[in-house]
Amino acid sequence: MTSPLNREALLQAYRTMRIIRDFEERVHVDFATGEIPGFVHLYAGEEASATGICMHLNRKDYIASTHRGHGHCIAKGVDPVGMMAEIWGKATGTCKGKGGSMHIADLEVGMLGANGIVGGGGPLICGTALASKVRGENNVGVCFFGDGASNQGTIFEAMNLASVWKLPVIFVAENNGYAEATSSNFSVAVDNIADRASAFGMPGVIVDGFDFFAVYEAAGEAIKRAREGHGPTLLEVKLSRYYGHFEGDQQTYRAPGEVQKLRETKDCLMQFAKRVTSRGELTMADIEAIDAEVKAMIDASVVKAKADPLPAPSELMTDVYVSY
Amino acid sequence: MARKITYQQAINEALDQEMTRDPSVIVMGEDVAGGAGSPGEDDAWGGVLGVTKGLYAKHPGRVMDTPISESGYIGAAVGAACNGLRPVAELMFIDFMGVCFDQIFNQAAKFRYMFGGKAKTPVVIRAMYGAGFRAAAQHSQCLYNMFTHVPGLKVVVPSNPYDAKGLLIQSIRDNDPVIFLEHKALYTMEGDVPAESYIVPFGEAAVVQEGDDVTIVAIGRMVNYAKDAAASLRKKGVSCEIIDPRTTSPLDTDTILESVERTGRLVVVDESNPRCSMASDISGFIAQEAFGALKAPIQMVTAPHVPVPFAASLEDLYIPSPARIEEAVMKVKEYR
Repeated sequence: MTSPLNREALLQAYRTMRIIRDFEERVHVDFATGEIPGFVHLYAGEEASATGICMHLNRKDYIASTHRGHGHCIAKGVDPVGMMAEIWGKATGTCKGKGGSMHIADLEVGMLGANGIVGGGGPLICGTALASKVRGENNVGVCFFGDGASNQGTIFEAMNLASVWKLPVIFVAENNGYAEATSSNFSVAVDNIADRASAFGMPGVIVDGFDFFAVYEAAGEAIKRAREGHGPTLLEVKLSRYYGHFEGDQQTYRAPGEVQKLRETKDCLMQFAKRVTSRGELTMADIEAIDAEVKAMIDASVVKAKADPLPAPSELMTDVYVSY
Repeated sequence: MARKITYQQAINEALDQEMTRDPSVIVMGEDVAGGAGSPGEDDAWGGVLGVTKGLYAKHPGRVMDTPISESGYIGAAVGAACNGLRPVAELMFIDFMGVCFDQIFNQAAKFRYMFGGKAKTPVVIRAMYGAGFRAAAQHSQCLYNMFTHVPGLKVVVPSNPYDAKGLLIQSIRDNDPVIFLEHKALYTMEGDVPAESYIVPFGEAAVVQEGDDVTIVAIGRMVNYAKDAAASLRKKGVSCEIIDPRTTSPLDTDTILESVERTGRLVVVDESNPRCSMASDISGFIAQEAFGALKAPIQMVTAPHVPVPFAASLEDLYIPSPARIEEAVMKVKEYR
């Protein structure tokens, strides 16, 4: 069996996942030095989800993201150089240093924002999808949320509303097993988050989040369904995060060696590379070239972010209103 | 051409005219159609008090009943505003902000700043407020002060039919999130309203009547009570200037300041609870900016620090009355 993707798309998929991984690994290292301000939540380990889903989207399709949003931003086309500057709180950042890690947004590319409020994005994405529907367009909205947000009323309300209004929305529950430190085995009252789909009159699909191709395929079906006017789907992507809830989290709630084992046996980048090279679709040279190019790009983004200026004091008072 | 219509009709007319003018304006909320999909849908409710009646049939596909899910649909209105629509979402009673405040104050209000000026969220959230209907503690609050506190929101409190129409049209055309608050006791108030479309700008207070002795700043329904009090005071030889801010955010502090510097006396009338209210906010501002001009301590006429009671005997005591306003004016007038 060959991949449903051509060479160019495979290179793009690997490159996107590699950018997310290297971006997050680098933020992890730099955060430990104390130079990065605020709260940072890393997406490393979950790359196949954002990438496999966003590869089906165009700029007019919106996504709503979470506090663990760097991966979604990168996959949706937000410039990682601007993102790095944003995380460092610099004037050159995606949001001029006014948002930070938890609020990176770029509406130009259909990225409605990482969101500091757990479950905040569900209602919002219903709105972007509604706007598309009212205008007779076929653009979709994707709401990424975690197992923690899966218990929020906003997500339930949004799923019901999306079904009632038959909106082109894909609800993507990224179940990484922990809401902060609380296990989803404890906090989610059903075996699978996807089981809740039937309560809202939509299909529920479970997919292995370590397998890019599985995510890509399941997302493709859900997005096609939405674009054709058949309404929303709930996709539960089962995956894991390689780091803590936030940077600095000692993760005492996790089993020793849990992450190490996942890295060695299930890692999405490793699986992807193995699969495409064994099939002869890409070569190790292709993979290594991307690794080198991405590493240089991330290194350069950090050098630039460090050197870039802080927002000027006059920026404190701007951008509150369009007019006031 | 102006003719007499009610506050409620003025709001309906503003919505109708803006929906006709701009296809990106949509209306959503609980029962705003009030029977979508039912046999009598064309003559259905049009809002619990009929404010949106008739719009559903007139603007097909753009007046949407919602499930009773305030977070869900208020958030959807916010999201739709980010993607090019100008939604007017009705929250029914302002008290229900408690179940959807996150979508208003953490999402809508924050996007522009948090995203470095790149977002535009032209959403209007309409809701009715105020006591006087024996509706008790969960359907009678004012709460405009809570929205006024939040940077990123604009807050509109029309006191009459003319302002209601012009301010609502401005709210819909405005590019920031607007909380548009309608006092339910004013829905039946009649006034001269031009048939054509017009706007009343934000941040421009109305000097309802000019006067020399005391400045009364009143909000929403209280403007009308202030007028009653002023008419009675006029007979006693006291001349009141009444200022209606019309929007609490932005607040026209210049007009208030100019008036108090002239009269030297201020009474603020606010139907909400007194702590951290518009009354305390305006009083604080004047104490800071016009201390030297004051001839008497500022008086606040507000509801007491209690929930809105049900029984008529108690609710009537709760709401500031023209008599209490008169008393407060006399107190500052006779201070020295």
